Amino acid sequence: MFRRTAPTDCTITWNGTELAAREGESLAATLLAAGITHFRDTAVSGAPRGPLCMMGACFDCLVEVEGVANRQACLVPVTPGLETRLQHGARAAGP
Amino acid sequence: MRRVALLILGAGPAGLAAACEARAQGLEVLLLDENAAAGGQVHRAVGGFYRPEASAPGAAQAREGLALIQAASASGAECRFGATLWAVQADGTVSWSEGGAAHQSRAERLLLCPGAIERAVPIPGWTLPGVMGVGAAQILLKTAGLLPEGNVWLAGQGPLLWLYAAQLLAKGGRPAGILDLSPKGVPWRAAPHLPMALRAPGYLAQGLAWMWRVRRAGIPVIRARDVAALGEGRLTGLRFDGRQVPADLLLLHDGVVPNTQITRAMPGCAHVWDRPQACFRPVLDEWGNTSLDDVMVAGDGGGVGGARAAALSGRIAALEAARALGRLSPEQRDALAGPLLHRRAAELAPRALLDAMFPPLPLGRVANATILCRCEEVSAGRVRAAAALGAQGPNQLKAFLRAGMGACQGRICGPAVHAAMAEALGVAPGRLEALRTRFPTKPITVGELAGLGSG
Repeated sequence: MFRRTAPTDCTITWNGTELAAREGESLAATLLAAGITHFRDTAVSGAPRGPLCMMGACFDCLVEVEGVANRQACLVPVTPGLETRLQHGARAAGP
Repeated sequence: MRRVALLILGAGPAGLAAACEARAQGLEVLLLDENAAAGGQVHRAVGGFYRPEASAPGAAQAREGLALIQAASASGAECRFGATLWAVQADGTVSWSEGGAAHQSRAERLLLCPGAIERAVPIPGWTLPGVMGVGAAQILLKTAGLLPEGNVWLAGQGPLLWLYAAQLLAKGGRPAGILDLSPKGVPWRAAPHLPMALRAPGYLAQGLAWMWRVRRAGIPVIRARDVAALGEGRLTGLRFDGRQVPADLLLLHDGVVPNTQITRAMPGCAHVWDRPQACFRPVLDEWGNTSLDDVMVAGDGGGVGGARAAALSGRIAALEAARALGRLSPEQRDALAGPLLHRRAAELAPRALLDAMFPPLPLGRVANATILCRCEEVSAGRVRAAAALGAQGPNQLKAFLRAGMGACQGRICGPAVHAAMAEALGVAPGRLEALRTRFPTKPITVGELAGLGSG
């Protein structure tokens, strides 16, 4: 769906699987470049969603980052080794 | 609590230019932006994947962006990135989150430059993964060098669609086709605005050059009336005017609307429905003053006018802020602002033509089953049914359907839900109160909030 025009320089994990990434790019860009469009399931009907706006407005790219839910993937800069997961439904309250 | 003379929100063209001018007038400036770097949307990540190469579409704009960013970073303004504003209080206290911690500062004067967001294009299936905004794809190109591949379709109307298509071709991408949803017969209605638009002929020449590049490359441009995104779990195809084609990515665009999320949350801040652009914008005087004391707006957040007009508005607002804070006399302000006001008028000259050429796609055609509010998954039919049951406007609609109350807080669906309600009730959109927003306008954690007390 998207191809990179520049080399990757690190990896992150998505649901435990390693993905190639470029440090500093948005997490949403990393996922889309890896062919992932399904970022979350909605809280209302469980429908799959992916990013719409890429600029922090639509909240359709919400994912879990380092155990914290409801993070906007388009606004999270990638750091090497970042652990990220698909978000199912509403976020769960932390301990 | 820390005090600052001028707090500027948003490091796009308006905010950057305002910071430069305010510093030139000796004001202490704190500039906040949610993004990782300066530039806003139009100059996002300029100098990286998006360079001012001479022949590249949008090169002149990229050069202007680089110059503006360099000037702002040399201006002495304190620029904080990754800083998300979430509340403004009547006494000027501004709250934001940065690096997982909340911060507050009291501003003598606040200048909001929140920019614009892409107008929603509610078509059947637009919530499927694989359907995005044209602006979203442009951000991926500018920030990460991502080029769409496979069966890529663009649908909608407006200058950004053609600019992006031209940028894509220049980078070696190739869309499968462009569905032009602009209404037929537009040039005739737009004709009266042509003489005015010719005061800034560069815009028209640029737009025609982008369209020419696309046509010369042999990309099919198909005038369509209706488009639907198809697929189970993700986009796999499109249907338009009875035809069906495979699709991996659908990029929608119908212009941009002012981001009024913060001004609408401020009690007493007056807004007006902009008829040609079919959206709310804050009521501003020529300097950018809102109806609230000490709160100003500059750039597309006050009404869409483009990057150059935004930068001029930023400088004009900074001069007014300098006057209000005692740094300039009214006469000094007027002398400095005169040429800027004149140039801004020239930059805004083509807007009426653009508005007439690309009127927002009519919501009356949106099918009942099509979702308007993506977060709460509220269809157009349910909005119409609520209106028939007696919902008086978008704010009461919240109690009926929660439309506009999801995670995005109405950012995406707001103008569409508003227009659909007005249409269902048979009243002019300006007669209905805008969807009220609430602080915090961006989610914060309890920990961030609690941290304010101990800091």
